[in-house]
Parts: sequence; C-alpha cells; structure tokens
Amino acid sequence: MAKQSPRKIRLSTQPSEDELRALQLGDVVYLHGSVYTAREGAYIRTIEEGQPLPLNLPAESAANFHCSPAASINDDGSINMGAVTATASFRFSKWLDQWFKLSGAKLILGKGGMTSNDYRRDFVPNGAIYLTTVGYGTGALLGRGVKQVRDVFWADDLGLAQAIWLIDVEEFGPFIVESDFEGNSLFERENARVAESLMRAYEGTKPAVLKRFGETDDRTDELI
Amino acid sequence: MISLDLIESTANELMRKAAVEIPRDYLTALQQITTEEEAGLSCFVLETMLENYEAAETDGRPMCGDTGCPRWYVKFGNESRVEGGGVGLETSLRRATADATHNIPLRPNRVHPLSRADHNNNVGIGAPEIEYGFEPEGEWIDLTTVHKGGLFGTDYRMLFPSDGISGIRRFFLDSLAAFGKRGLACQPAIIGIGLGGSKDACMVLGKRAACLRTVGDRNPDPKIAELEDELKELGNSIGMGPMGFVGKSMVVDCNIEVGYCHTGGMQMSIHAFCLSSRRATARLYPDGRVEYRTDPQWFTPYQRRETVEWLSSPQEKSA
Repeated sequence: MAKQSPRKIRLSTQPSEDELRALQLGDVVYLHGSVYTAREGAYIRTIEEGQPLPLNLPAESAANFHCSPAASINDDGSINMGAVTATASFRFSKWLDQWFKLSGAKLILGKGGMTSNDYRRDFVPNGAIYLTTVGYGTGALLGRGVKQVRDVFWADDLGLAQAIWLIDVEEFGPFIVESDFEGNSLFERENARVAESLMRAYEGTKPAVLKRFGETDDRTDELI
Repeated sequence: MISLDLIESTANELMRKAAVEIPRDYLTALQQITTEEEAGLSCFVLETMLENYEAAETDGRPMCGDTGCPRWYVKFGNESRVEGGGVGLETSLRRATADATHNIPLRPNRVHPLSRADHNNNVGIGAPEIEYGFEPEGEWIDLTTVHKGGLFGTDYRMLFPSDGISGIRRFFLDSLAAFGKRGLACQPAIIGIGLGGSKDACMVLGKRAACLRTVGDRNPDPKIAELEDELKELGNSIGMGPMGFVGKSMVVDCNIEVGYCHTGGMQMSIHAFCLSSRRATARLYPDGRVEYRTDPQWFTPYQRRETVEWLSSPQEKSA
C-alpha cells in the first residue's frame, strides 16, 4: 500500500453544518476556539440527577472532549495544565443522545470512537460527528494547543479528573475524523480490512480446552 | 544508611522522568518501526507519536495526558539500610507520588472504586503499589517507578498442558484482537506475558515482563527466547497497526517470564505496555550518590533462581 498523507483541515469548535458535511473519514483536523471536558461524572450529574449545566452550552463551545487533563489547582486558585489526552468513549454512549439535546454539542472528541450504531442512532439525528485523538497519547502536542484554561467547574466534589474544564485552544490536534455526517465509522472500515489477515494468523490453533461464558469465537466481532 | 531525604527527592525526579522522557530503547524501536510501516494512516500515527515525544521533552510536559497509575518497585542490595526502615521508605514514596502528581502535574487517576473519592494526588488505599525484591550483595537500593495505563490490554486465562504452545498462541492473538481494535491497547506496545505461577503470581510476572524489561532483551532460557521471537512476529502479522488501522506495527517486543505452577495447569497472563511506556530507575547509595537509568534490571539470575541447596533424604544430609 502506498504511503499517503491524510488531508489536513482547520476547524472551529462551533462548526457549521456544511463544514461537518465536508469532512471525510481519515481527515486530520486541528481545532480552534474553546472545548470543554465532560465524561461520566458530568453526565450522571446533569442527565441522571438533573442538575443544571454550570456553563452556557453550546454558546461557550460545541466541542465535548472525553478527557481528564493532567492538571492541578494551586491553593491560590491558579491552574497548571501540562498534557491532555482523551479517554475511551465507548463507555459513554448511553448518555450521549440526551447530552446532545442538553448541550448542543456538534463535536465529540475522544479515544477510540463508538460504534456506527451509536453514530446513526445518536450522532446523525443531532448533526454531530466524532473526532478521535491520535496514537493514543499525543498529550504533549495537544497540551501545546491549550492557550488558557478559562474555567473549571465541579472540581471540589467531582475531583480534578471528572471536573468540567473549559479551555481555549489554537491549532489543537491532531484529531482524525472517525465518524462522518452519515454515521460511518473509520475504525469499523479498518476492522473489516484487517479481518482476513487476522483470521489467517489463527490457522492451526484450537479453542482452549476450558471455555469461558459469554465468549465470541468470531474474531471480527468487537467487544465494546 | 540511605536517607529519607535522598529517597524522596530521587522519587520525585523519577516520577518526572517517567512521565516526560520516553525510554531510549522504546524510542529507538519505534523509530525503526516507523520506517518499516507502509500503510498511510498507521504511518501518520507513528510519525505523530515521534513528534509528541519531542514536544514532551522540549516542553517538559508529560508525553501523555493519561499519566497512568504510578507504582513503585524497590530492590534492596542485601546489605542496604534505609533510614526509618520500611515504614519510612513507604511514607517517602507516597509523599513523592503526591507531590509529583501536583507539581508536574500528572493526572490524578486514582479514586476509590465505589465512592469514586479522588484525593487529587494518586495516593489512596493500596495506591501507589509498592513491590519489593532483593539481591545477594550491595548497600544500594534501586527505585523504579512505572506509570502503566490502567484500563485496557490486560487479560488472564487458565490454560492447561493439553492447550500447549498453540493455546498460548491463540490466547495471545485473542488479546491483541480484543484490545488492538480501535487501538484501545495504545499499540505498538511491549507485550508482557506471564506463564505459570498461581493466578496472582502469573499476573505479577506478566506485568513485570512488560514493564521491567527493555525492548530487545531476551529471556536467558533459549526455549522461552524463541517463543518471545515467535509471538512478536505473530503479533505483527495480523495486519493491524496503531489505533487498529491497517498496518503491521502491533508489537514492539514480546517479553515472557515464567514461574512454577500446579502440575495440571498452564496459567497465562498478558499485559500491554503502551506508546507511553513510562519507566525510570535510580540506584541510591549510602554516600548520597544517585545513578539514573531507564533499564530497571529487575530480572537478574537471582530473581529467576530455580531451586535451593537441598538434599532430598535425611541419609544424604547426615552423610
């Protein structure tokens, strides 16, 4: 296969529908504007417990980052933020439809994406797409794109990892377009391409003599 | 006597080094892999990772925002003495973990499993883990910190002798397929495998194989070394690269450690040490000298000792 450099695109964290529609699976995206972190702690508090959002969304930002930053808050309230990296998103799918309606988010940034079922059920009707971080673990590069921490909410009771961090960013990336406006998934496309050689590697092996409950023997299945 | 001040300041520096500086053995291997990878998206990911290591060291910031779960391995030369004894040592390592988490800063990953309480410093019940080893000679202690990711890429299975090498191969592939898709294991990774022991010992062996050996290192048992080579090649033949994209960069190296097990079993554990393989070691001497390195040198002949001087019958003992 020929080495091909992916297309690079600069995108606002308040993207228009046309801009989102133009993105293709595998495009590389750099963001400018503001993003906020929100993961299970914030989802449970707002969606399940009904507490109001502590910031004005989507006016402040339409980009929800599944992330806990490597950050600390000093006694005088000043903030150190070094590296930022996403956490795996598949665990959050059950909250996302309600989150889109509550927050107006158009971009979900995270690690590893979700399934195309999630995209078609939750993302497409809400006009949103998924951007995955790269690597994983480009925390230092992403950290360089953080211009300032504008605010942090709920740090006292949720802890630094689950708090909502609102950060201003410039040349924030790279991210890769994982779901497009139609709800296709880059990861699923790649899984299908890997399937044949993966199955070939199993040739000559037999299932373990002691089975486990709930197992699949189809190696093209995903376990998420 | 090795002072607690020296232990605490060295531990702080080790935490920083582990978080910021990719070990050279891993970096050199990844550079090589990047030149060999042919698939476009996989190449982009690998090149971006190489840029990221440079950015981390230039800026002095952690290479990954998920800075893992800090833990400590302490090895004592048999003649070493530590101020304050074991309790003093553990207090110093816990304090250094908290200080470094706040000052670098690292991500405060550690929470209570049920209440989810977060002390914001990576210290809590049983955290950081502190494990111990000994060597026959020396007045030094070795401190090693490892900040391994804590969610994906690890599994255990009770295999049996009838599963054979083919069973090992299959469980190895199962784990790569399970955690390699979408790159949950943050590959290309150092894959550590534990074989034998009991369930807990097997997990410990595999984790140490992943985290406490370097890329290119081989088990001194030629049969095991052969299996390490074979599994590395197998892992890189499944057609998968970083992030689960099409490619051939899956396994940076495969390290296997074994322990004697129940005669009926063949326990196997597998652990993936990720694109941010965070480890750093220092040797501390009683005169205050500190030598930093990235090879923990944990698995010595003493750690892998096979038996003990022993006579099987009283007649031989009295003879």
